[in-house]
Amino acid sequence: MSSGAAELPLLRIGALTKRFGGFTALDNVSVDIKAGERFGLIGPNGSGKTTLINCISGAFRTEPETVMFCGEDITRLPPHVRTRRGIARSFQIPRPFRSMTVIENLMVAADFTSATHLRLSADDHRDSAMAILRQMGLAAKAEARVTGLSQVELRKMELARALATRPKLLISDEAMAGLSGSEDDEVLDLLIKLAGEDITIIMIEHIMQAVMRFSQRIMCLDAGKIIAIGQPSEVMANSRVQEAYLGT
Amino acid sequence: MMRRGSIAFWIGAALFPALVFLTTQLISNEYPFFAGYVILQFIVLSVAWSILGGYAGYVNFGTSAFFGVGVYTAVLLFQSLGAPLLVQIAAAALVGALLGFAVGLLTLRMQGIFFSIATIAVTIVIETSVTNWRYLGGAAGIQIQRPPVMAPFHSYVQMLVFVQALLVVLAIVVARYIQNSWIGRGLQALRDDELAAECTGVPTLRLKLLACVVSGALMCAAGAPAAMYLQYADPASAFNLNYSVSVLAMALIGGTSHWAGPVIGAILLGVTQQLLAVTISSEVNVLVLGIMLVVFVVAAPEGIIGLFRKGLRRAGGKA
Repeated sequence: MSSGAAELPLLRIGALTKRFGGFTALDNVSVDIKAGERFGLIGPNGSGKTTLINCISGAFRTEPETVMFCGEDITRLPPHVRTRRGIARSFQIPRPFRSMTVIENLMVAADFTSATHLRLSADDHRDSAMAILRQMGLAAKAEARVTGLSQVELRKMELARALATRPKLLISDEAMAGLSGSEDDEVLDLLIKLAGEDITIIMIEHIMQAVMRFSQRIMCLDAGKIIAIGQPSEVMANSRVQEAYLGT
Repeated sequence: MMRRGSIAFWIGAALFPALVFLTTQLISNEYPFFAGYVILQFIVLSVAWSILGGYAGYVNFGTSAFFGVGVYTAVLLFQSLGAPLLVQIAAAALVGALLGFAVGLLTLRMQGIFFSIATIAVTIVIETSVTNWRYLGGAAGIQIQRPPVMAPFHSYVQMLVFVQALLVVLAIVVARYIQNSWIGRGLQALRDDELAAECTGVPTLRLKLLACVVSGALMCAAGAPAAMYLQYADPASAFNLNYSVSVLAMALIGGTSHWAGPVIGAILLGVTQQLLAVTISSEVNVLVLGIMLVVFVVAAPEGIIGLFRKGLRRAGGKA
């Protein structure tokens, strides 16, 4: 989109299969995601969306060369190294560091993803964390305890913490689950704004309007298989998607 | 304000051993030193325990394993080479670090209660090995002849108290550094949520190992002078589970979120235990320990430090 080396996909999932015992959660999934793309991932409950995210972020191990990031095989890397390479995620159910304040949550990210020699300058980290909080509209809550946040604030804080790792790829796992309509729009606007800042975003979402508005491309999973991929309108018109996902 | 606190801390850290040294020169009665030594030893142990048990939230029941290994490292070096006290302590710290690394590698992949159970198992394995090691006296234990005391000190126990006071300062300095550095923030993050920490860039396994190594080294170092203190070592008392339980209770009662917590807890419980041992009996210790632990878990789950902080926050919120 922006640079000359746009040929190489940012993320390449190649023939990824993930089994748990006899259950196949992901079945031969292959997809390329371009740098700067806004990518929507949909599918009914249990279709393997979160499993795919766990394989990308490193919570689950997979076969060699099934997950390539910036042209490199990252399947052997533990999650924290993948985060440092530029893959950040939020969780379906928020997982904040409960004993810390909002800004401290972000500073953990800054501490551990910046180069070693920067670790000592806590003031710089605080400034950059504060900038992210302002961007997310959470600046007023910087010194608040995480336990006192509302649901929408918690969701935003998760995204802010992910951003504080300075990601190339941000995976948002149902960041709008449990929010009201106007709150949905708030989070969606934030994500679209971020995508404009050179961050590639994979959005998992159940709220169709949001996915449709956000995505340049949508992939639909069902029972671990890709059943449709393409333009949002195409995917929505696909009869298998309607059957599996919309239940008609 | 941070700066001022920091200066006060370092003045305190320098003043404390100086004060202890002064008392060894002024007070000739040995009893206070016998009692004081035990309290200082418990301060080192519980501060060391908190590095893994408090900051990282990994409850280690193996304090007695590290303590006992410290005792027997000193015994082994003294018996075979006649090594001086400082060498015994340094060697014990090194062995403790290695043991911490080994135990960490074996057990830190387990979480929660499983880790705790594994540390108990480690204690039993090591105790059994030492019990069957003839050279170190086996189950019957081993007598140790103290070398003559060194220059400024009048008695060996007074010298040990001074050495243990230095270890207290060392343990606190290390714990304070960890707490305030990126290591401490990483440990706190992984205690709150290990997967989220890992996905935020925290190398969780490496940090847990580091905490286990540092904690183990300090615990072993704290145990090393005990051989000379008692002039006797046997596996049943060196590896006594009481150390694990007492240290855990001290850290939890004091509060584990700040280095001062275990210090307060160790002083409070240590003094209580010493008083009870003199006035009633040493068996009552354990009962009182249990009761205090229950009371604190119910009334102040974050320990004395937690109560203090809550008070501060309330005062700050209203002002």
